[in-house]
Amino acid sequence: MPVTTSSERGPDLHTPLSGVPLTHGQLPRYAAQFTLLAAIAAGIALTLAGWNPAASAIIAGAGYVVVIYAWSRTVEGPRKARDRLVTAVVTGAFLLALLPLVSVIVTVVGNGIARFDVEFFTYSMRGVVGEGGGAYHAIMGTLVVTGLAALISVPIGILTAIYLVEYGRGRLAKAITFFVDVMTGIPSIVAGLFAYALFALVFGPGVRMGIMGAIALSVLMIPVVVRSAEEMLKLVPNELREAAYALAVPKWRTIVKVVLPTALAGIATGVTLAIARVIGETAPLLITLGITSSVNLNPVDGRMATLPVYAYYQYVTPGVPPEPALERAWTAALTLIIIVMALNLIARLISRLFAPKTRG
Amino acid sequence: MRKGSTVLPSTERTRSRRAPQRPGDRVFSGLSTGAGVLILVVLAGVAAFLVAEAWPALIAPADEVPGPDGIVLYIWPLLFGTLLAAFLALLIAAPLAVAIALFITHYAPRRIAQALGYIIDLLAAIPSIIYGLWGIQVLAPLTVEPAGWLEENLGFIPLFAGPASTTGRTMLVAALVLAVMILPIVSAVVREAFRQTPRLHEEASLALGATRWEMIRMAVLPFGRSSIIGASMLGLGRALGETMAVAIVLSVSGGVTFNLISSGNPGTIAANIALEFPESTGIAVNTLIASGLVLFAVTLLVNMAARAVINRRREFSGAN
Amino acid sequence: MKRTTLGRALALPAAAALTFGLVACGAANESGGGDNSGNGGGSGLSGTISGAGASSQDAAQQAWRAGFLEQNPDVTVNYDPIGSGGGREQFISGGSDFGGTDAYLDEEELPKAQERCGQVVEIPAYVSPIAVIFNVEGVDSLNLKPGTIAKIFNQKITKWNDPAIAADNPGAQLPDTAITPVNRSDESGTTENFVEYLKAAAPQDWPHEVSGDWPVKGGEAAQGTSGVVQAVSSGNGTIGYADASQAKDLSTVKVGVGGEFVQYSPEAAAKILEVSERVEGRGEYSFAFDLARDTTESGTYPIVLVSYELACANYSDANKAELVKAYFNYIISEEGQQASADSAGSAPISDALRQQIKPAVDAISAS
Repeated sequence: MPVTTSSERGPDLHTPLSGVPLTHGQLPRYAAQFTLLAAIAAGIALTLAGWNPAASAIIAGAGYVVVIYAWSRTVEGPRKARDRLVTAVVTGAFLLALLPLVSVIVTVVGNGIARFDVEFFTYSMRGVVGEGGGAYHAIMGTLVVTGLAALISVPIGILTAIYLVEYGRGRLAKAITFFVDVMTGIPSIVAGLFAYALFALVFGPGVRMGIMGAIALSVLMIPVVVRSAEEMLKLVPNELREAAYALAVPKWRTIVKVVLPTALAGIATGVTLAIARVIGETAPLLITLGITSSVNLNPVDGRMATLPVYAYYQYVTPGVPPEPALERAWTAALTLIIIVMALNLIARLISRLFAPKTRG
Repeated sequence: MRKGSTVLPSTERTRSRRAPQRPGDRVFSGLSTGAGVLILVVLAGVAAFLVAEAWPALIAPADEVPGPDGIVLYIWPLLFGTLLAAFLALLIAAPLAVAIALFITHYAPRRIAQALGYIIDLLAAIPSIIYGLWGIQVLAPLTVEPAGWLEENLGFIPLFAGPASTTGRTMLVAALVLAVMILPIVSAVVREAFRQTPRLHEEASLALGATRWEMIRMAVLPFGRSSIIGASMLGLGRALGETMAVAIVLSVSGGVTFNLISSGNPGTIAANIALEFPESTGIAVNTLIASGLVLFAVTLLVNMAARAVINRRREFSGAN
Repeated sequence: MKRTTLGRALALPAAAALTFGLVACGAANESGGGDNSGNGGGSGLSGTISGAGASSQDAAQQAWRAGFLEQNPDVTVNYDPIGSGGGREQFISGGSDFGGTDAYLDEEELPKAQERCGQVVEIPAYVSPIAVIFNVEGVDSLNLKPGTIAKIFNQKITKWNDPAIAADNPGAQLPDTAITPVNRSDESGTTENFVEYLKAAAPQDWPHEVSGDWPVKGGEAAQGTSGVVQAVSSGNGTIGYADASQAKDLSTVKVGVGGEFVQYSPEAAAKILEVSERVEGRGEYSFAFDLARDTTESGTYPIVLVSYELACANYSDANKAELVKAYFNYIISEEGQQASADSAGSAPISDALRQQIKPAVDAISAS
């Protein structure tokens, strides 16, 4: 059991109890908050004194960590002090990591909001030069292609994960596990080339179809689905399965009724992540779908526009002046994020509605 | 005769003890096995395609291949750049991802935690080209001054030898952008694993008087270790294969160097394919695909190593 | 609890389908779809043609497409800016109806293309000056001789106050800043044309071979024209080359031609086609030019990118032939050239050249 693996700092059982103080020093209740406020104040003071804001923030943060650790160590002892130290470090790391992520969001929203209007969502680029125009065709294309890719990869991915966790024994399972790992490493552009080569064999060179893009995306998406679903299925406690078997429930019903629902929330996150992983793919769609300025909703007939490719070309080959095209590119990115946000919301809603409560 | 009659019932008993094979079971196991085999077939297809397309470049004489010194010296700097960028990114991202996951599952107040997890998930969806644009517009200019400082004060370390780039489009920035990109995906997987830690383990260690950190160290981290490694590999895979962001951010001008802050950086395989592919014809295309094959092989090795580590930690996963 | 897995498995596709169903009512600017109805707008042409090729002329293609659609509302024209190499390859293999390329078909490609097409129609329709842009504090204008440009990009001249630069710019205050040359990191026609210029105009200072890949190591490299512009404008002491239309507010170098220094302009750029020689022996409809980069003709700007349009003289599909012909006629028309000049910053071709290439376009037909 993992709990017993580290006992080097457990209580020393040989010392008589009378030697151990029964009470413990404790910091005042608002000690952490107070120190934090002091650190922030110090940081602001440093900034006002002409220091680089980033440097003063780092100094303030480090100051807080040192003060709270030293204080706690003298009053509460090393264990509590270490706990406070880790709390500060984890929170600090979290805030640090959030910084670039927030910056990305701010950049996208700040640049994208300018063209976030009705025209953008109702117009295609057909016959548009310079200002105006929209991404209606690209939004539709992205939904169709990604939807198709999900339709292909989610069943295959989840079934494979079930095979690996529930059925797979021996060589085939090992091979599949290994090659799924390998598959996560296929560079996206190679997946695009593969899909292109496959269809070019059948339809001749120069072929462009929505379904090609969907297949290229599936190659990228399946391993992500398998990996996350596998991890989640593995985490389902064996006791649940054994209980079901003990009640003479057939294996497949055990999987469908017990294992999958238990892992549902995790699988939903995995699938959402997998979709998120591919919905923004540019390189493979560049090769397989091409770009068009008109609406095309038929995935087996000709070029389709998709949001990432649309954004890419608006950025790479803007006209003169370039501003309207660049604005469209940023708005396309913003739209992409919003689409994923909506998908995410639905996935979460569903997993919350249907998943059995495993924890309080 | 007597001997036979004692053997027979025992085999019968073992057979009857096994769960009866119902049609539903057979269909279901068939389906899931089929799905697994399908993946193998697809992968074999991809591999066959790569090898077939790379072959002409591998056997071509050195002077027909792009670059002055043959295919090995063409791919080597790219491979070096790929590994350098990806491992740097992982080095930065993995601890932060674990911290994020810990913060969300064990430190943040419950209500805030959900919202935070949600936001982080969203970030995984930002297309790589946006990270590229952000890197070049926001991050790169910010690093110019610190890079100059690094060159002046830590220039004796080969990593910061300089001369510092005046535009900030350096290997360091590329690695940072990659780290930011893989952060959401790694932390999301790790978070889910931490969340699955048996509550009994956690409560037991708290009841024994452990502080929160001791509880995490003894119950949560060991439980999530295989997921942390798995998630890191997922992130590494993404960083190795990342195309557009690197292509936009990194200033590539050849050469193998550990120097992170100059403008003369080695390229990466994926970005190089994206940059060169559109204008390439003939043997140059085959060479690019050969470099893709190398990337493929690298991922294979990385995954083998990761698998080996995870297998050693098998005992912590719930299903075994 | 009951239908959980089913619900889960269907949720995302269903959500996608739902969103899709809600908004799938057509784009507001596309009346009734392009290829099904013939409501008699303009010429009565209808159908779809697709082209692929150089990304350099993508902005121009957008302008041409828009102008052409105005006259022929039932036609759909697609252009994939996949790159010149890909464009030529697809055109030869029959994957696209027309092509765009920064370099004319080479001796190997030409016969293959003729196999597909009979005669190949190859016309220079997009002429774009390449500006040498720089960003040096306190310097607004700069004269550079070809040899000096070559030395700068070859990293032989490394300071802005180098005597060679000072000699061309008497009286200018040149700072003691290091020069950071910026080049394209992707293989491109812009690079190829720029390098070709350096090789032709300053052969002794530019020892490298001509290709779409930048040959000098150690400089700053950026993706695409926008990347180079971004890098040049964000650094100090930077110099790069980019399509003139995207040079924005950056200062541009006046390039030495003969005894004078020429600032780029559409007229000066278009002039190069007049002083260049047409390549012979490629069929009567092929207008390939070997540009006279080393010209000393006064008022000519020698660093230009000439991008060609490719088509077949003979299509198997009569409608395709009609469409390509109409589209190409629009491209080379005064109106079409003006449209690309307005929105892509290209130099309109001269009337003389138009008269020359018009018969080639008119020869497009179906067998």
